[in-house]
Amino acid sequence: MKPITPAQSGTFESSDVIVLIEPMPKNSGRKIEISSTVMQQFGASFQQIVSDMLDQYDMTDIHLIAKDKGALEPTIKARLETAIKRSLGQQEGTL
Amino acid sequence: MLNSLGREIPEYIEGIGTLEPFQGALTKLRKGWMDEPTIPAPNKAYLPHQSKLCKTLEEAIIRSNPHNGMTVSFHHHLRNGDILLVQTLTILHNMGIRDITLASSSLNECHDPILPYLQDQTVTRIFSSGIRSELGKAISMGVLDTPVVIHSHGGRVRCIHTGKIQIDLAVIPASAADCEGNATGSHGKSAFGSIGYAVIDARYAKQVIVVTDNLVDFPCIPLSISQNFIDHVVLVDSIGDASRIATGTTRITNSPMDLRIAKLAADVIEHSGFFVPGFAFQVGAGGASLAVAKFIREKMKRSGLKGSFMLGGITSYCVDMLNEGLFETIFDVQSFDAVVSNSLLNNRHHIEIPAALYANPFNCGCITNKIDVVVLGALEIDVDFNVNVITGSEGRIRGASGGHSDTASGAKLTVVVCPSFRGRIPIIKKRVHTIVTPGETVHVLVTERGICVNPAFKELEANLRNAGLNIKNIRDLEIEVDKITGIPAPLEYTDKIVGIVEYRDGTIIDVIHQLREREV
Repeated sequence: MKPITPAQSGTFESSDVIVLIEPMPKNSGRKIEISSTVMQQFGASFQQIVSDMLDQYDMTDIHLIAKDKGALEPTIKARLETAIKRSLGQQEGTL
Repeated sequence: MLNSLGREIPEYIEGIGTLEPFQGALTKLRKGWMDEPTIPAPNKAYLPHQSKLCKTLEEAIIRSNPHNGMTVSFHHHLRNGDILLVQTLTILHNMGIRDITLASSSLNECHDPILPYLQDQTVTRIFSSGIRSELGKAISMGVLDTPVVIHSHGGRVRCIHTGKIQIDLAVIPASAADCEGNATGSHGKSAFGSIGYAVIDARYAKQVIVVTDNLVDFPCIPLSISQNFIDHVVLVDSIGDASRIATGTTRITNSPMDLRIAKLAADVIEHSGFFVPGFAFQVGAGGASLAVAKFIREKMKRSGLKGSFMLGGITSYCVDMLNEGLFETIFDVQSFDAVVSNSLLNNRHHIEIPAALYANPFNCGCITNKIDVVVLGALEIDVDFNVNVITGSEGRIRGASGGHSDTASGAKLTVVVCPSFRGRIPIIKKRVHTIVTPGETVHVLVTERGICVNPAFKELEANLRNAGLNIKNIRDLEIEVDKITGIPAPLEYTDKIVGIVEYRDGTIIDVIHQLREREV
């Protein structure tokens, strides 16, 4: 699937992550940018979660930015899911 | 060689000397004296009516025999408002002085501008109780060839007595001083309260400069620092940024997490067996730690129980408790806000004390030995109750030893308060990255998820269980927290040692290795 609209979820608060998604032109694949206060300790696992989640929704032609301030794994997954569903027009939300 | 906590300590480090491994918190003290020889303080001579006044800091420094390889000392009572440390090092740098040993009682964010002087070898060695911010980061990445030495507030006094730190020049900012160098921090526009950490520097430095922005008529009272140790006096426009030296009053945190931890800690104290008439109490100024004072204050008022003294870093909250008659006396080695300076100046039960009286283990009794209950923070704690307050979860030097190990070793009840994890990083570890305070001196850990009692203190655990408190085994809690956060990838270090951590008795409790930051 491809995002049809820009979408956002989460906050800049400590222990949360903010996720931004924007649609990309056809055949541009996935562009993922992750930054985290705990990159050294959890960076690899974070990247894995993002790519698993994008696989789950079979997402492509997507630009995803995640700025993390130490969110726990369930929080990361929930924010990603919300942003993806919003970008697909499946869920109401901000932006 | 391994010390008694299993940490690998080298026998010798170039630029530092021979290292003695830590062998237990009280092992060296049991002897009753210190074997290391002490160096004499310098004797000086001045003629009657000879003037000590210098027009500028630079003039005073020129008169103080600056030379390559010199040791320069400072106190950190101006906290993040200090400007004189940077000014002094800039003057020395511009004079071409190199290979300086910096011996500040602590270093803060405001000292980041000296980083270029570390890079160009103007400063090559550092002794301090704390290092933070960009300096901490650069040192952790190996900017200095010789490891920094982290000491406690009490340990610093011993370092000076034994000549491990031989101060050539002490620069002592004061918020009021007279032409002879009698000086205090308790009044003036830049008042910062107690000047307790600088007393030993004044006594032992070969040259001492008092710098003030408030030159008062002779004599300046109180004589927190007295003229018989002072070589030069300088009047400057400002000794620091007043808004960063001392804010009006310290507010209690309103973070629900900190308040929950604090409330649990107060319950622990109440039922510990040490919450008795005449008890002596110390709390830190940080979040949950200070909030414990709020709950203890309520409990004391409710029960009518009165304590003996409060000690340490003093906040306006401590002063309120003194004024309410909850405690008889405050011993103040370091003051945290403006209200404290007024109290220090005007209340004879609020007593300024030097670092030696506060916490030096090698004398006939420092006041930390008289503490009943102390509440302390932690960056990390491990299942053996060892506490790290110097390196952060990202492996960098970013904290301070301060009086942590001094007070923990003296108190009958040492309570460590901290959240079980911060920003996804578990705080309870199988093994802390750096030990500052040994677990044998820590009685209880209080987190939002439960209370852990050091198994060495059975009676305390029984008291708390009988009071119905939720006691968990620290090993179980460690696993519980790991399940919530996930297990962080281990940090990577090189073999190079960038810091050594002295225990208060001068033995080496741990070393800090150079951080290797990898691409993720």
